[in-house]
Amino acid sequence: MEFEVLGNKDTRSGYGEGLAVLGEQNPNVVALCADLTGSLKMDAFQKAHPDRFFQTGIAEANMIGLAAGMTIGGKIPFTGTFANFSTGRVYDQIRQSVAYSKKNVKICASHAGLTLGEDGATHQVLEDIGMMRMLPNMTVIVPADFNQTKQATIAIAAHEGPVYLRFGRPVMPIFVKPDAEFVIGKADVLAEGVDVTIIACGHMVWKSIEALKELREIGISAELINMHTIKPLDEAAILKSIAKTGCVVTAEEHMMNGGLGEAVSQVLSRNNPVPQEYVAVNDTFGESGTPMELMTKYHIDTPDVVAAVKRAIARKPYII
Amino acid sequence: MENNALAAIASQVRRDIVRMVSAVNSGHPGGSLGCTDFLTYLYFEQMQHNPAFDMDGKNEDLFFLSNGHISPVWYSVLARAGYFPAAELGTFRKLGTRLQGHPSTDKNLPGVRMASGSLGQGLSVGVGAAQIKKLNQDPTLVYTLHGDGELQEGQIWEAAMYAAANKVDNIIATIDANGRQIDGDVDEVLSLGDLAQKWHAFGWDVLHMNGHDFDSIRSTMQQAKSMTGKGKPVVIIMKTEMGQGVDYMMGSHKWHGVAPNAEQLQVALDQLEETLGDY
Repeated sequence: MEFEVLGNKDTRSGYGEGLAVLGEQNPNVVALCADLTGSLKMDAFQKAHPDRFFQTGIAEANMIGLAAGMTIGGKIPFTGTFANFSTGRVYDQIRQSVAYSKKNVKICASHAGLTLGEDGATHQVLEDIGMMRMLPNMTVIVPADFNQTKQATIAIAAHEGPVYLRFGRPVMPIFVKPDAEFVIGKADVLAEGVDVTIIACGHMVWKSIEALKELREIGISAELINMHTIKPLDEAAILKSIAKTGCVVTAEEHMMNGGLGEAVSQVLSRNNPVPQEYVAVNDTFGESGTPMELMTKYHIDTPDVVAAVKRAIARKPYII
Repeated sequence: MENNALAAIASQVRRDIVRMVSAVNSGHPGGSLGCTDFLTYLYFEQMQHNPAFDMDGKNEDLFFLSNGHISPVWYSVLARAGYFPAAELGTFRKLGTRLQGHPSTDKNLPGVRMASGSLGQGLSVGVGAAQIKKLNQDPTLVYTLHGDGELQEGQIWEAAMYAAANKVDNIIATIDANGRQIDGDVDEVLSLGDLAQKWHAFGWDVLHMNGHDFDSIRSTMQQAKSMTGKGKPVVIIMKTEMGQGVDYMMGSHKWHGVAPNAEQLQVALDQLEETLGDY
């Protein structure tokens, strides 16, 4: 299967465009931002709907509380700040006022992971998926490219309940069709194969697409699943694929602890324990550097996906 | 409502509180007893509200309890105001109850719109709800209640700064200034300094009242309401006594989170007239 590159853009711009669309479509959508309106690409919404845009200043705990309160009266608040300040900094506010209280708040988080780049480890959150997927009532979505982030932003407004939407800063290739349907909790099978199942999310979906080409050259037929929804996880898609391939590689721009890989391993261990290899950051903080330098140094790059595939296949039971 | 009618309700609420916490040997009687007169007044005279509960609360006043540990007084007042049967107070803190140790929306208890317990979050919630009332052109008000110890949480001051900067003038926050917290007097644990000056400096209009005098509560609450819609949020520093109404619980922080045993309960009940019938 060939992937047509439709352009190059950052996923955060997909959020900004999706939010602008929602502003026109749904008068109940309101937006809050903690002094990062430009970084989150929320300017268009702010300009078009100043009455429904709330600048909270650098006070994220208050922003989450405000958003929870704004659901009372029927509004759908979208909060925007960096992923680090959207999760760890405000975990207790999300836990009590959003997740436990089942409030219809959409926590939209940019600059997630290592690809935030030069700002360094203070801002490169790699634990956020884990924190958010541990919360009952929380839906966790990590779209793969600009188009999918736009589609996901629009889709979550129609979903009743708390959502964590994670996206990033770097410009990356666009490969999801602009008219593709985004269904929360339904994985996208991007390529069919028989030797291994690669399950990826976020920027690692593109890295896995790049890996497919190299794998094909060495005669490995890989199935690729874009697991854009981490919770609820599409278990049926995973089990269907591994019944065919017999081994798994998970790929994510996140800590190995708590992320997509761990979510997938739970499904495997309970249902069909096949070999799994992880492409993820292994229990370390990041550092300053360009996004692509960091992906290489911390082993979440295309060659790391290829190597993990080889390891996974090598661990498959030998069948005579 | 006449003061003696309010006092009669408050007496029953205090009986409910001590019976609820004693029955499960846990819970927070001190602050509950201290806020009984205020919450009785709020629900039976001040607020425009509908016990046929609707989560969105459009065109009715909203109340958020930020210091969620004083859930016994809130539950009792809600029950006595008709939100749910008083008999349900007997389920407080028991497995499967809607009356969780700290307030929760999880089991859809009428009257509760937000979980609270982890302190410092309720002012943000109230301010957010108040802004949406404005957006919805809903002229009703938002009320919040906070402990004085709770003001040590930083999020309170984020919300205070935000509300004033954005002219959120349809909210009335009340501080239960009993001067006590778990480890001792607030002044000893972490002094709040000049609390009125702090709120002034954050851009709020500040009122003071005696939380155990219905005349003081009425006149102050009416004044607070008259000050809404004028560009500034309003806060009331309410002087109270932790444990008010039960002599051995007053004058100390000791009964913040301790339940009376059977003998102590009887002593308390002997001081509180049964006016509306025990649950």
